[in-house]
Amino acid sequence: MTGIQIQELTKRFGDNVALQNVSLTFQPGKIYGLLGRNGAGKSTLLGIAANRLFADSGQVLIDGEPACENDRAQKKLYMMSEKNLYPKDMRVRDVFRWSERFYGSFDRQQAQVLAQQFGLNIKKRVKELSTGYTSIFKLIVALCLDVPYLFLDEPVLGLDANHREMFYHLLLKNYADEPRTIIIATHLIEEVANLIEEIAIIDEGRLLMSQSVQSLLDSGYCVSGKAGDVDAYAAGKKVIGEDVLGGLKTAYILGSCDRQALCDSGLELSKLNLQKLFVELTKKEGEQ
Amino acid sequence: MQIDTSGDRPIFLQIADQIEDAVFTGVFPEGQQVPSTTEISAQWQINPHTVLKGMNLLVEQEILFKKRGLGMFVKEGACARIRAKRQQSFFDRYVASLVAEAKKLDLTREQVVALIERGYTDDRDTDTGAD
Repeated sequence: MTGIQIQELTKRFGDNVALQNVSLTFQPGKIYGLLGRNGAGKSTLLGIAANRLFADSGQVLIDGEPACENDRAQKKLYMMSEKNLYPKDMRVRDVFRWSERFYGSFDRQQAQVLAQQFGLNIKKRVKELSTGYTSIFKLIVALCLDVPYLFLDEPVLGLDANHREMFYHLLLKNYADEPRTIIIATHLIEEVANLIEEIAIIDEGRLLMSQSVQSLLDSGYCVSGKAGDVDAYAAGKKVIGEDVLGGLKTAYILGSCDRQALCDSGLELSKLNLQKLFVELTKKEGEQ
Repeated sequence: MQIDTSGDRPIFLQIADQIEDAVFTGVFPEGQQVPSTTEISAQWQINPHTVLKGMNLLVEQEILFKKRGLGMFVKEGACARIRAKRQQSFFDRYVASLVAEAKKLDLTREQVVALIERGYTDDRDTDTGAD
């Protein structure tokens, strides 16, 4: 197991550049958060790795083997996404049956247990399921397949709070029992912030960063206090964003903090949070 | 038990704090097994590596120990070690910040001492006031 290597991937849809020369590695046995704003290229990236789309240039390697049109590599991964690729008239229990046939390693008993837990009627046809239950049914397939690479593209789409909790609980239990590479593409950052170990952020088709969540959070800090004091402290430092509330200001700063100067100025120091960091890093001009 | 995910304190330290608290208050008695990484991870929806990092911290501090293939257990003498550790950090955690806040409020040294005395008296009052 050597993980998944994304190598200089570029993909255009007409004039729209969905991915531009993206390279990154997903190491085996870790949970990744693939974060990006709407249309950033998350699904395109995963879609190419899952052989649903073709890259204009570059390639994806799964355990060292090209992912494109390669059954042996594709057998190692399952991609759950919003798109429904199952025959619409097929019943859920038949999808379970065929998953077993196709992958050879599907835990049907577990699938039935989970379906019951979530209240999913497996006699229903795929097209009869609500948005939430469509997600649930695909998540059950994902959890019950014994593949080393799982791609979950917006996994909790349409799920209510109870079902989301159930899903995160099951995912972590599943992961702890049998560690594998799980890539969660989402824009619900707060929900996955503690689940994920590594993070990759893409923005407008480019990779902004790929590192461990801890190291990202340690890469900066926030200072807050009187606006004038904050500005004085922040001068010459790498400020990625700020919030102002009356005379109060919070600045988000990258780099290590100057504790002495902070102490002297009476400003308050706090840690960055993932969602805030993400918002500041991917902010577009004109957005507040 | 509660994990504050939006707070300042890193999650793995919070995990260590919580388990330590549970050991100290006798929820997890000495010699007994503590919940597994998987259980804690799934229950609190925290990456198992983060949970393990917190637990390993307690192993280093000789509060927990690993039994190969079985899981983590509370070490004999853990409560005494926690008490000693907390007594040591009492100054940094409480006294230093108390003095800093008192200075901000222009409370004199004598006033602060008097307040501490009152804390002890009130404490006695509530002890006897229970019946």
